[in-house]
Amino acid sequence: MSQPTKQDIVQELRTRILAMQGVNKPGSDRRSIGLGNIEMAFPGGAFPRAAIHEFTSLEPEAAAATSGFLSCLLHSLMNRKGFCLWVSSRRVIFPPALKLLGVDPECVIFVDLQNDKDVLWAVEEGLRCSALVAVVGELRELTFAQSRRLQLTIEESQVTGFIHRVLPKSENTTACAARWKIHPLPGIIEPGLPGIGFPKWQVELAKVRNGRPGSWELGWTPIGFEHFPKTRSNTDTKPGAAKYA
Amino acid sequence: MRRRFVTIWFPFLVTDWMARQKPALKDAPLILYAPERGRMVIKAASKAAHSKGIFPGMVVADCRAIFPDITVVEYPTGKAEELLEALALWCMRFTPAAAIDLPDGIVLDCSGCTHLWQGDAPYVAHILGRLGNFGYHVRAAMADTVAAAWAVSRYGRNQTIVLPGEQLSALLDLPAAALRLENAVTEKLEKLGLNTIGQFAHLPRTALRKRFGVTLLQRLDQVSGFEMELVQPVQPPKEYFERLTCTEPICTAKGIEIGLGRLLELLCNRLAAEGKGLRSATFRCHRVDGDVQEVSVGTNLPSRNAAHLMKLFELKTGQFQPDLGFELFELEANAVESIAFDQTAIWVETDTADTAAVAELLDKIISKRGTNVIHRYLPAEHYWPERSYQLAASIHARKEIEWRTDQPRPIHLLPIPHVIDVTVPLPDYPPMLFFYKGQRHQIKKADGPERVEQEWWMQQGEFRDYYCVEDEEGKRYWLFRSGHVDGGRSRWYIHGFFA
Repeated sequence: MSQPTKQDIVQELRTRILAMQGVNKPGSDRRSIGLGNIEMAFPGGAFPRAAIHEFTSLEPEAAAATSGFLSCLLHSLMNRKGFCLWVSSRRVIFPPALKLLGVDPECVIFVDLQNDKDVLWAVEEGLRCSALVAVVGELRELTFAQSRRLQLTIEESQVTGFIHRVLPKSENTTACAARWKIHPLPGIIEPGLPGIGFPKWQVELAKVRNGRPGSWELGWTPIGFEHFPKTRSNTDTKPGAAKYA
Repeated sequence: MRRRFVTIWFPFLVTDWMARQKPALKDAPLILYAPERGRMVIKAASKAAHSKGIFPGMVVADCRAIFPDITVVEYPTGKAEELLEALALWCMRFTPAAAIDLPDGIVLDCSGCTHLWQGDAPYVAHILGRLGNFGYHVRAAMADTVAAAWAVSRYGRNQTIVLPGEQLSALLDLPAAALRLENAVTEKLEKLGLNTIGQFAHLPRTALRKRFGVTLLQRLDQVSGFEMELVQPVQPPKEYFERLTCTEPICTAKGIEIGLGRLLELLCNRLAAEGKGLRSATFRCHRVDGDVQEVSVGTNLPSRNAAHLMKLFELKTGQFQPDLGFELFELEANAVESIAFDQTAIWVETDTADTAAVAELLDKIISKRGTNVIHRYLPAEHYWPERSYQLAASIHARKEIEWRTDQPRPIHLLPIPHVIDVTVPLPDYPPMLFFYKGQRHQIKKADGPERVEQEWWMQQGEFRDYYCVEDEEGKRYWLFRSGHVDGGRSRWYIHGFFA
């Protein structure tokens, strides 16, 4: 019988530490959601479903791109069944457009509230309800304590939480599993044809807890995500961020 | 169960009420008048005036001539109805079904109530005592039918209780007017020497009908109970209603919670037994000083889950101000619907338990922030973008048409289109560049126009020519021109952002 190598022991310990931190608990859903090599940036190589994902956008165009990318993620998560909650205080989503991005608009329940405090309350109540597939909250500010509270709620119910911060005052530290930034890129279209084509984004994972941040080019066509070769190097992320890889 | 009715007669209703307001008028001869055909006619007379021989229908001037010291007041129109309604509501402590009997009486359906007062006679005596203490002259009678009770209360000689099944024999000595007949019929009976009911009650029915009409027979049937007489209660009986009286006033939140919990348990058990669930419920607290406070909750799906309903109420029970304490709690289900598990399972793709859990979550949000915060959309048959979707009525509502996917639509739509400045090379071409919020966007790619006409049967105005455009940074916008290109006077707007 061979002794377990040092690497195996480290791997084993790492999995146990992650489980203690609430990420990728044994038994959690580890199916791919079609993000391809972006999923490799997350610890364990799987998109964390029972976690809070934070999206920040600094201009209306980026906010629209983020909403589009979120819809595509919801399409993969919902898989044509279940409900999702979309909580917002300044909603600009155009429901019929969700269908073009793969989400059935009638499966999205919009909750329109007056202020961020109510939005946070509704998001937390939504995350507590394990019958939902996902909860999207659109708000401006999210403090560390608030994000930690949401993350603790999720660990009970295993609902995926998306927080979309539009024009935040500062990008403060939060307890979210990942911080995404989505920017629009020129659409996918055959050269020479008119029109604007299918959406394409610069998907940036600015922060990933225990993972590898990076930046990718990703498009959406009716058959799913389309990946493009990197135009920017993946090594320009902070040194040390990859030390757990 | 044998039906029992009590009729209460207030012979001096309005004058008694006036005497209650002004104690000086008590025992004084008082008449109330109203103008009628140019004369002042007496509408009501107090007991003292009555004993002097003054009756409603006489002329005020005559009475004044005979009794110069009589008090004359104008008759308050509509007061009798108002008083009767208030008295009927007050009488609901004796029975849940109290009705007004115009012009001067109240009918109580006291079936199954009298045993709480140890029998029929103490029941009527109690009512008479309470009303008499208020200062009203009252007469009452109890019988198996409304007609018999009415006759005995108005014309009976010191009799209050008609024994079960004895209605007709009790009425034999009473005059024909006790049957609530029209004046013409009563006069005709008297002319023929038929003064008491006993004299004609047993005559052949065909002869009675021929001479006096069908009403007389109908009235006789109503007395004996062969014909039903409907009583319209002032407050319809509540079907799903529970009440909890407290021996000591409750002032603490915990106490209110326990009371509510008990009521919910009773109501939910009943709903479960009947296969129903409630859509809205009201919880009322009666304070010792007579103040009534209430909170209501509503649910998205019929529910009989006491724990869930308790949570909905808990968000609101903080508003209560018990001060000296609540003595009575009431819980009423205002809207009740059947819970049809089988049907929902057929119609909804998702798990029924999941839908119920989501509905409970929405209830919680609604009860905290109001019904207008939850929106779920279904497609609508309109091309105009703002009208291309509609609110779904409920979580179970299903789309009847498919969502349109043949034209590009932006993920973000501005609630109000924003005016922009554009440079357009040729009419009907997409713009070369546009300025939005002070920023210049050079357009690289464009698609359009997609013309959307006004729906003239709903709204007048210009059509819109929509263009999807992408600027040099890859940002995508939805622009439109309102109306024809007409010497550069048409306006351009930005309406949305593509993903």
